[in-house]
Amino acid sequence: MNILNSFVLLFAAAGAYGTALMFGTMGEILTEKSGNLNLGVEGIMYMGGIFGLIAPNLYESAVGEGNANPFVAILLAIIAAFAVGALAGALFSFITVTLRANQNVTGLAMTTFGTGVAKFAGELRRLKVGGYVTLSNRLKFAFDKHIMPDFLKKIPVIGKILFDQSEFFYLAIIVAILLHLFLTKTKTGLYLRAVGESPVTADAAGIDITKYKYLATIVGGGISAIGGMVYTMTTAGCVWIEASLAGTGWLAVALVIFCTWRPLKSTWSSVLFGALMIMYLRIIIKGFPIELYKILPYVVTIIVLVITSMRNIRDKQPPASLGVNYFREDR
Amino acid sequence: MKEKNKTPLIRLAKRVKTDMMSPRKVWAIRIGSIVFAFILGMIPIIMAGQNPFQSYGIIISGALSKPGYIRQTVKRAIPLLGVALAIAPCFKMKFWNIGAEGQITMGAIFASAIAIWFQNSLPAFPLLMLMMLAGILGGAIWAFIPGFFKAKYNTNETLFTLMMNYIAIGIVRWLQGGPWEGRPGTQIIPMFSDKARLPNVFGIYCGWIIVLVLVVVVHIYMNYTKHGYEVAVIGDSENTARYAGMNVGWIMMRTMLLSGSICGIVGWMLVSGANGTLNADVAGGVGFTAITVAWLSQLNSFAMIIIASMLAIIGKGSATLQTKLGVPASVADIVSGILLFCMLGCEFFINYKLIFRKKSDKEVHA
Repeated sequence: MNILNSFVLLFAAAGAYGTALMFGTMGEILTEKSGNLNLGVEGIMYMGGIFGLIAPNLYESAVGEGNANPFVAILLAIIAAFAVGALAGALFSFITVTLRANQNVTGLAMTTFGTGVAKFAGELRRLKVGGYVTLSNRLKFAFDKHIMPDFLKKIPVIGKILFDQSEFFYLAIIVAILLHLFLTKTKTGLYLRAVGESPVTADAAGIDITKYKYLATIVGGGISAIGGMVYTMTTAGCVWIEASLAGTGWLAVALVIFCTWRPLKSTWSSVLFGALMIMYLRIIIKGFPIELYKILPYVVTIIVLVITSMRNIRDKQPPASLGVNYFREDR
Repeated sequence: MKEKNKTPLIRLAKRVKTDMMSPRKVWAIRIGSIVFAFILGMIPIIMAGQNPFQSYGIIISGALSKPGYIRQTVKRAIPLLGVALAIAPCFKMKFWNIGAEGQITMGAIFASAIAIWFQNSLPAFPLLMLMMLAGILGGAIWAFIPGFFKAKYNTNETLFTLMMNYIAIGIVRWLQGGPWEGRPGTQIIPMFSDKARLPNVFGIYCGWIIVLVLVVVVHIYMNYTKHGYEVAVIGDSENTARYAGMNVGWIMMRTMLLSGSICGIVGWMLVSGANGTLNADVAGGVGFTAITVAWLSQLNSFAMIIIASMLAIIGKGSATLQTKLGVPASVADIVSGILLFCMLGCEFFINYKLIFRKKSDKEVHA
């Protein structure tokens, strides 16, 4: 019973980090469905993380601490993060779709650039406010509000895991469902998948490849960036600590493979990886060095990568044109 | 309403062998894009409220104005150049090895193990050589694992190599606070004895000679050997390589072994030359910055000397810029990101021809 209890607490706590991963993963799923492999998720989530904090911070200092409306603050954070991620997606698309540069290297450049921009902006803001960039306690509370009613939280086992979560957790689940419906049930979603699977066929069918690639990458970048914002505003407690976000974006890219490009699968797999990330804090194994324990999620990721590639199941493959640029004259 | 004009304003055509750009023009575009990147790099400096020209001046003087500064800049450039050389064959092969960071760290761990175990029993030269061999082994093992799975099962190498970084760094953290910890509670591995340290030449550890030798070796390997040719063919088209009877899987593993070995050498130089001990920060982002170096130099070994120096100057100088003007040192990352974007983008203008709509076309359609 004690072990079960600590696992329940582990997964309940994993929901917060899992939510950040969920947004990062879903954004990249959408991007990759168009055939664009954006390896810059790390940089994009970094930028989302800082601009999602700076926006409500600016708002609060503009209207005064007591007058800030929590709802407006949350909305501003989402909009700012989405906007900066969308810009990054547009830049990525411009370089890879319009200028046809190599997607892998462009993504790596985006990671360098994005983390650089985020650290730069965070440092500038820190100098400006003269201390940690953060929010008042009232707003902090609003960002990490567990909105579900108490009777749901009290359901044994699943109550804590499913209902004792911040509002962003549920927002992420809604986005996952919408994304799933979009990709599988709508005509536009079908066209988008066609672009990712076989741009030649899609082009012949009269689908505007460029438009689809741009839009998917822009919206995908925006969604990923929200993940960074969620991380700063919930797990990191509305404080900008630049080193703590490191690796999250890369984990999201790996999760896309783990959940085989399916948004619904990204929900539970993100929480699972969130649990792996914090397991060393919650489930202590006596005599096992904590620093070696901390590398567990990365070892698991490698094992997952190897197993998925070994099984090689037909309907669990990446979009066929992933990472390859399309140029009509090359056919 | 007039009839719609059918010819688009700009059309694109891929340049073929017959109308390739002259090499001089190609380099003019590339250098132009670097200049353009530095102009864009002024934006964050202006946003920080400083004069961009003065700031660039401080970056350069902060990196080169005193012999001591120059030594520090060269110290930054050595691992950058070494690792750029290491990943060049992988990138040529379109094998996205972003695990140089971990391969350096693993080489450093192996080299340190030799130093810690044998520094009291072996004389300096054999000790250093043994450390180097151990470093090579460590880096090679760490690179071989993802290479093997890529060759065998087509496992995604980008993520595999990246995860290997975190694991290698985690192992150092454990060693630092556990088996190799010096005074309990310090989390620091004690400095190696002088026998395990690389000698200085002109005030800088002799790693700079080693990497310059590596420049020549890698240049010859890539351009004048069968191995280098095979790597280039795989990079262009894996299928062509297969039809030509090349053993693609083995070539991948072999190239990764080579790449990891060079990273291991860099790891050995960092612990025994630059730092004198091992810590979790031993690679300190070099594995990633080296990707920028390799790509900006178009995978040309000699160009890497210039680019590695350039990025080392920006890196060292921006640290000075932060202390002098309060512009965050992460401006170096922004500038190197912009440099890469511009370099990637400018290839388009080299490989494609823009054809503008001619007046005569318009008249015909109108």
